[in-house]
Parts: sequence; C-alpha cells; structure tokens
Amino acid sequence: MNHEQIREKVIAFLGNYLPLDGLGDKDNIFQTRAVNSLFAMQLVLFVEKEFGIQVENEDLEMSNFESIHAVTGLVARKTSNQ
Amino acid sequence: MRIALTPDQERFQQACRAFVAEEILPRVEAYDEAEQFPPELIQKMAAAGYLGANAPAEYGGLGLDAISYGLLCEEFGRGCASARSLLTVHSMVLLALLRWGSPTQKEAWAERLARGAAVAAFALSEPTAGSDATSLATTAVPDGGHYLLNGRKKWITFAQIADVFLLFAKVAGQITAFLVEKDNPGLTIKPIRGLSGCRASMLAELHLENCRIPGENLVGRPGFGWPYVGGLALDHGRYTVACGCLGLAAACLDASLAYVTERRQFGVPLAEHQLIQQLVTDMAVNVETARLLCYRAGYLRQEGDPGAILATAMAKYHAARVANETAAAAMQIHGANGFTRAYPLQRHWRDAKVMEIIEGSTQIQQLLIAKQLIAAKS
Repeated sequence: MNHEQIREKVIAFLGNYLPLDGLGDKDNIFQTRAVNSLFAMQLVLFVEKEFGIQVENEDLEMSNFESIHAVTGLVARKTSNQ
Repeated sequence: MRIALTPDQERFQQACRAFVAEEILPRVEAYDEAEQFPPELIQKMAAAGYLGANAPAEYGGLGLDAISYGLLCEEFGRGCASARSLLTVHSMVLLALLRWGSPTQKEAWAERLARGAAVAAFALSEPTAGSDATSLATTAVPDGGHYLLNGRKKWITFAQIADVFLLFAKVAGQITAFLVEKDNPGLTIKPIRGLSGCRASMLAELHLENCRIPGENLVGRPGFGWPYVGGLALDHGRYTVACGCLGLAAACLDASLAYVTERRQFGVPLAEHQLIQQLVTDMAVNVETARLLCYRAGYLRQEGDPGAILATAMAKYHAARVANETAAAAMQIHGANGFTRAYPLQRHWRDAKVMEIIEGSTQIQQLLIAKQLIAAKS
C-alpha cells in the first residue's frame, strides 16, 4: 500500500469521528474540539486492524498521532518494516 | 446473523455459574455486611484462573475471548458486585501492563497477577479529580533515576489488599502511569468504610508522601498515562462493569420471577396481577437489551474493531441504568421482604447505584457518546 492509499484510509476513518472540512494534513487532530478521550484508543485500534501493525510502546509519541500526516507516516514506516 | 454462544462459551458460563453458586452465594451476605472480602475466596478465584482470565496462556492466564470474559463478569455480577469489582480492577491493571508495560514490568508482574499470586488495583481518582480525570493533583518529579510521588488517591477499589497499584500522576503537567508497590515507605493506605454499596470492595485512600519509585516503574511513556494507558484500562473496565450489571439485573429478574409465583395476595399469586406482569415484562426486556449491547461490544472487542470502544460505552451506559431500574422493580415486587438480608435484593439494589458512578458516570457516558455521534455529523 502506498503513502497516498494509507492517507486516504486514515482520512476515511477520521471522518467517522470528526468534521473534515478545513482539516489540513498537518493540523492537530487532538486540538480540535471534536475528539474526546475515547478517540485516542480508537485511533490505535484503527491503525492496528486496518493495516495489520502493532503499535508499540516506543510508538507512543504525539508526533505519531497528532495529524493525518503523522498517522500516515507512522503506518508507512511500520508497514515498510514488515 | 446468528446471536448465540459457542458450545465452549456455554460450558465456561456454566462453570462460572457453578463457582458463584458454590463459593460466593452461601457467604456473600455475611462478608458484605462485614465489609471484608474473604482472602480464601481470592485464592479460589485464582485457582480457577479467573484473575488471569484475560491474560494469554504464556503468562499463566486462561486467554479467554472477549465474549467469554464478559460471561465471567456477568456470572460474578449475578452473585456479588464486590467479587466482580475485584475481577475488574485486577484485570484492568493486568491488561494495561500486557499492552503498554516494559519487558521488565511484564516479567515482574504479569505472571504473578495472571496466576493470582498478587492483586492489583487501579489508582486514578482523587479527592478532587473524579469524572475530570485530567485534573489530577498528584505529581511525580524526576529524582536521579527515580520519581518522587506526592498526592492523594481516593475511592481505590481493593486498595486495602492490593500488592501493586497502577497509579497516575503528573510529570511536568502530563499524566503518566506508574507501578507503585504496597510496601513503599512513602505510601500510606487508609481504608474507607461505611459504604452503601459494594461494601466488600475494600476501598482505600492512598497517601503519597515523597513516595520514591524507580524510573523503570513508569508504564508506557511520560505523558501517555491518559488517555492511552488509563483509557485502555478504563475501556476494559467499562466492559466488565457492563457485563456485571447485566448479571446483577438478571439476578433481580430471576429472583422476582420466583417470588411472584410463590407469594400470594388477594387470593392469587402475585404473578396473576397485571401490574406485576407489567413490571416483570419491563425487567425482562431491559435485561435482554443490555445483553445484546454487551454481546455486541464483546464481539467488536474480539475483532479489535475501533467501534468496540463506543459500543462498550453504550453497553455500560445502558446496562448500569438497567441494573438500577431492574433492582428497583425487584425491590418493589418483594415489598418489605426485599429490605431484609433474607433476600439478596437489598444488596443488588445498593450495589446497582454504584454502577452508574464508576468507570465513567452515566452522565459522562452520555457526554462521550453524544460528542462522538454529533462530531461526525457536524
């Protein structure tokens, strides 16, 4: 799966949880008022189930989850290592 | 679409029900009144594998699927909310460790917890931080490879007997999770007595005064205690509470069905009075709707589906309300008898109220659920 395909899946997932209008690839998802405390774990479950990867302890950095760009990059890195 | 348990799940449920009937029901009223959970009951729960039911076999656990784990909580919920609470808090910590713990932490604790050789408790709430978990006042300050913890925790279930706590404190303002052992000289455990419900849950306050713990006791990463470590644990906790509420409500329904056929008023059994039939019908329908939501949440959890988290919040929200409504209806049916310890209804009724407070109150569930549903449409 290439970078753009990953990005599209990430955006499709986020659309279930927050309004996408005006949300740029590098905008911080967690600073929107739309997400709550449930969302963080939903995002982890999504990347694991959708892309068949395991989010590890060392992946726990906000720079891996804070935006469309960040999540796409995390998935691209982890899938390329498989 | 087929909503049915597998033969293995049915067998496991029957085994759990038999355990509750044999080991819990004969003594629950006495230990509830005494506010002391029997140590020998914990040993029997451990021997049956229930304390490690959600851990994989490599750690000595039963490796149950999510539906089966829900059945365990349902059956314990039928018998005793305090016993189910032990399953809840212990498994919350075990799950968080298995998911976010370091290899050293897993080696030190996972098998001990899974085999029930040690008991774990979840220490998030504080005197001034309950529903607003992010307002914690407890601090953790780096101190030469260690952390110094200061603050107070309150309403910590089974803290009186826990060997280790998954405890949350702020590091430079960021919520972080730590393992704190009970014998740390900076930790004082003060029992909370005189509760109305879940009286045998052995709650306590934790007072941390320059409680010095090794840096390697940090779970996950600094700043990821909430919502990642704590959120994972609470999500699991909500599922166990939802299923426990289902069991509590089912027990109230079963007791009521037996009572209305035995008790006679105006020359006929209560069951022949139509207003009683209305109560029983509402109880039964509520129990079934709670069961369906619990099963749906369990199925999604087993699948690792992101939708499991919202489904679990819905199941907890609904099942906790059903537990209260069903217990109240059962008390109404039992009349004055329901208020005596000769019947378990008074205990279920008291315990049910707690379920709308713990693992996110009913109002917090409403806020969480509504916000997610509305945000996606706005």
